[in-house]
Amino acid sequence: MTANLSPDVSQCLELLQTMQVIRYAEEQLAADFAAGKTPGGVHLSIGQEAVAAGVCAHLSENDQLASNHRGHGHFIAKGGDPKQLFAEIYGMSEGICGGMGGSMHVADYSKGIIGANGIVGAGLPISTGAALADLLDDDGSMTVVIFGDGASNQGVLQESLNFAALWKLPLLYVCEHNGFCQFSPAETVTAGTISDRAKPFGIPVEVVDGNDVRAVWQAMAWATDHIRSGKGPAFIEAKTYRINNHFEREHLVVQTPYRTEEEIETMRRERDPIKLLQKWLKEENLVDDEELGAIDEKASSIIKEAVAFGEAGTPPPEDIGESYMFAGTHS
Amino acid sequence: MARTRFIQAINDALREEMERDEKVILFGEDVEASIFGDTRGLIDIFGSRRVRNTPISENTLTGMTVGTAASGYRVVLHLMFANFVYTGMDGIANQMARARLMSGGQIDLPITIIASYGGGRANAAQHSDTPFSAVMNVGGVHVVAPSNPADAKGLLKSAIRSNDPVIFFEPGGRGGEQGEVPDGEYLTPIGKAAVVREGTDLTLIGMGSTMRMTLEAADKLAESGIECEVVDVRTMAPLDEDTLCKAAERTGRVVIVDESRDRCSAASQISAILADKAFEHLKAPIKRVTTPNVSFPYAPASEKYLLPNTDKILAAATEIVRN
Repeated sequence: MTANLSPDVSQCLELLQTMQVIRYAEEQLAADFAAGKTPGGVHLSIGQEAVAAGVCAHLSENDQLASNHRGHGHFIAKGGDPKQLFAEIYGMSEGICGGMGGSMHVADYSKGIIGANGIVGAGLPISTGAALADLLDDDGSMTVVIFGDGASNQGVLQESLNFAALWKLPLLYVCEHNGFCQFSPAETVTAGTISDRAKPFGIPVEVVDGNDVRAVWQAMAWATDHIRSGKGPAFIEAKTYRINNHFEREHLVVQTPYRTEEEIETMRRERDPIKLLQKWLKEENLVDDEELGAIDEKASSIIKEAVAFGEAGTPPPEDIGESYMFAGTHS
Repeated sequence: MARTRFIQAINDALREEMERDEKVILFGEDVEASIFGDTRGLIDIFGSRRVRNTPISENTLTGMTVGTAASGYRVVLHLMFANFVYTGMDGIANQMARARLMSGGQIDLPITIIASYGGGRANAAQHSDTPFSAVMNVGGVHVVAPSNPADAKGLLKSAIRSNDPVIFFEPGGRGGEQGEVPDGEYLTPIGKAAVVREGTDLTLIGMGSTMRMTLEAADKLAESGIECEVVDVRTMAPLDEDTLCKAAERTGRVVIVDESRDRCSAASQISAILADKAFEHLKAPIKRVTTPNVSFPYAPASEKYLLPNTDKILAAATEIVRN
């Protein structure tokens, strides 16, 4: 890593704000799911917010981001509207996808959010194609794909790495390694170090603490500099930890625990990316409690507003599906 | 009008559409070497920026088209053999067929996939399928199969201009067949079947590579005084139900010819629609001439045994005309 840049105080506060908005959104969704308020299941990224915030801080609307089933945080960090997110997850026509996609498929193409995806690893081919478009456009834009350690075991990772290296695609791979492949601890299903898989293709790699948003931000400064200068793809492996279950209904269907409550509590207490950043900012005397309180309050009110917007939504007409299938137009 | 080979008609369509719109790009396995000849020479005209040889990575290729097309390009993916549709199925069935609805119509996906299908050349069980119905069933993609050079050109041009994904099935081993192609701009609409012969006694419905044997059967039946109405389906999804039903109603007796394996074939879908919507006009059971539910053996005689042919069409026709 050559870039030595660190986020300045105002950038740190923005990162904190983003992470807290995501956290409030997902805590709300956990409660909503438990209360039967979301029609479908939700996959939450509580504890992983530093990856979404740190990555997206370096992207503009012209840059594209392909995400995965655990994608609410990516959506928010990339500039997606929390109001449209909540309306979508509540299944309303005011949702960003008109209630057609739901939690696993949130996308806002106008902001370069080219889709969460319900198929593990499917963002890899799509982002490869998006990065090809960036290359053809030659306008300095780039594409990021965020995928999990589980997706790393899909063959398309190797296929995509080969394409990106071969064609020098402006594509950044961010493996958000949260330690669990659904209900299996990573070490039981994944051999070796995931980022090592990029090395034989000549793709430069950085491994970072994915719970340290400043470290993620710094790795992104390096990666975006590398990619935007036309040197081809880069790979970041961000090691983090999934606090919540794979999905919120998990306790009803998984009978054998695959991790201890103690482990989760320790991570929650000691490795929470929001608390870590707050602690550092205070230790360095960069903020006071009042400023932190204001950020917290703002994040909370953004989500309260989003919830109210979603609750006031109207379900789409029941026969609407077919109208979205085809454009029916031609050039 | 000019006599043109099938493969040349496809090549002409690609060249004309790439000339017409610089957003049209072509990629796929060996599009430069072009074993079928359909993409040959395009790299010399349009360069390696717009015509790109790719690795053999079907699962990534089909998914890639979605990312590139959603970013404003018109993507043509050459998938070589139609069996590779199965290899690249996630990009087709889970992504390009779904992304428009899942995003609430935020994006159009102008994607054309070209794939060569069909048996009869001892390519064995993994290079000989006719997977029409595999992609008809995913919804969200149009499916076309021309039977002659004019429609090959016209359907491919329409596919490339369409703002929706289209799978263009090219009949394997028929590249050298010649036919008249109208000069200048020529488009065959997607979703329209063609009545290629009128008759009153029996309706023969064929598609793609089976049209030649279907027309041969119509000639032979005419010799015994049976006049056939013959329809070329051209588009399997969406099916032109109106034309198909009218052609069935005209004679009340129908034979459908499709090289797909019989179970859930394009032929079975068409026969279900006719049974549903043209039932009162039918005078006999609808017959299907298809491939049995067997993988294609390599040994030529064993392969040939399974494929539809003129005699099988005549046998089916005789059965219901006598009825």
